[in-house]
Amino acid sequence: MIPWRETPLATLVGGVVALLLVASLVGWILHRRASSPGARATVDNINARIRAWWGMAALFVVSLMVGAAGSVLLFGFVSLLALREFVTLAPTRSADHRTLFWSFFVITPIQYFLVWYGWYGLFSILIPVYAFILLSVRTAITGDTERFLERSASVQWGLMVCVYFVSHVPALLFLQIPGSTTYGPQLMFFLVVVVQLSDVLQFVWGKSVGRRRIAPSLSPNKTWEGFLGGVACATLIGTALWWATPFTPLVAAGMSLVVTLMGFAGGLIMSAIKRDRGVKDYGSLIGGHGGVLDRIDSLCFSAPVFFHLTRYFYGA
Amino acid sequence: MIAALIARVAQFVCGPASVWHCDPHGPRQRIYFANHASHLDFVVLWSALPPARRRLARPVAGRDYWERSALRRFFARRVFRAVLVDRNTDPRIDRAAAAAASVEFMVGEMGQEFSLIVFPEGTRNATGAIGPFKSGLFHVARARPDVELIPVYLHNLNRILPRGESLPVPMLSRVVFGAPLERIPGETKDAFLSRARDAVLALKGES
Repeated sequence: MIPWRETPLATLVGGVVALLLVASLVGWILHRRASSPGARATVDNINARIRAWWGMAALFVVSLMVGAAGSVLLFGFVSLLALREFVTLAPTRSADHRTLFWSFFVITPIQYFLVWYGWYGLFSILIPVYAFILLSVRTAITGDTERFLERSASVQWGLMVCVYFVSHVPALLFLQIPGSTTYGPQLMFFLVVVVQLSDVLQFVWGKSVGRRRIAPSLSPNKTWEGFLGGVACATLIGTALWWATPFTPLVAAGMSLVVTLMGFAGGLIMSAIKRDRGVKDYGSLIGGHGGVLDRIDSLCFSAPVFFHLTRYFYGA
Repeated sequence: MIAALIARVAQFVCGPASVWHCDPHGPRQRIYFANHASHLDFVVLWSALPPARRRLARPVAGRDYWERSALRRFFARRVFRAVLVDRNTDPRIDRAAAAAASVEFMVGEMGQEFSLIVFPEGTRNATGAIGPFKSGLFHVARARPDVELIPVYLHNLNRILPRGESLPVPMLSRVVFGAPLERIPGETKDAFLSRARDAVLALKGES
């Protein structure tokens, strides 16, 4: 159990609940006011998203309350679901079956075990080095060489994005930071809240004042107005949360800016894969949002950068 | 209860999305016919049906395969109440007579209440392509002109659990139910079977 009273977590959770209540209220008002069928569809989608946010926030908070093991399990499970969606779109052949089985049921559990065990040295190279070699050779042994590089590369990509990157979120819990309090849970909270709020705010800014598209062929919803407004607001909110972290306000602002930019990059990269494969969403598990990977694409790419910046400047 | 549990596990591993081009709750008896590439095919198709329809849907399977061990027999007979038919591989038996007996048996097992789930290719296809259809579907359809013939395409299950593998890899699958196959009086067997196969193939491109 995390010592709630001695940490700012209770305040942070209270803030999230308040935010969701406001969102639900706004959603309800929008629902009452929507008249045209087009507006109604948009509002219904927004309300589905808000409902899903309640569920996701509840899961996240409960896992935090359970403690480190809860967070490791939650994100391990998220990794498996995301990898499942990724592999569905990957151009694998039947010869890759065993390789994929290893990725899901051996590599992923070991990676999260290493997070929980706090073995940083192996945690940081298991997938980039050992899984890379092991899985490539497992595929090579099958003798099916057709599009070998494309197939092995896509499996490796899936593991990097869905497992390796995501595992850096709970790994924050095990960062040793000198000081009187444990910062792990707050750091995790800070990262997840800033990155996800940046997504939401980019959506809101884009929907309300967005005009100039950043990459029309990639994602019609990403506009310069949405990007700048969302990043600026999320950075301000991140800065305002400095008191819960080991950062000074200025550092908190810098960290927020970096993670929102990485999150934006992640969204673009994962959209490029979807466009190439001709799908709109990775899945349909989360109502209104699409698949798990659609929701966490920004988190995937910001987590390792946030982890390493924090470790480099604040780690023991 | 075991069946419901299996349906849950299948839904978790295969995360199936189902697409319906016919009424899922249609009141008439049906024969669902689908492409066959994996052991999961039946379970996933079956768990995509509304729960009330599931209880009335029975798979047709090869007796030689499903009676080979006690465990298989238990699943086939008790859990899914499969209609087990002989695949007529023995050259000494009069094939026409045996086929007629199988058809009669299937029609009898359907009664006035059950729907059937059949895989007219007769065996799992390793490549993911759809092989030629066997004639059983034609004969049963002719014996029961009142039942609806529903083509079904199963996406991705050959990647989740391919033939020859025993452990599944989680992926998202999709079950596409087509509109009922039109009945054409006096149609020849070959014309009917190729039309039925085309109906399944046509669903491949549907999303």
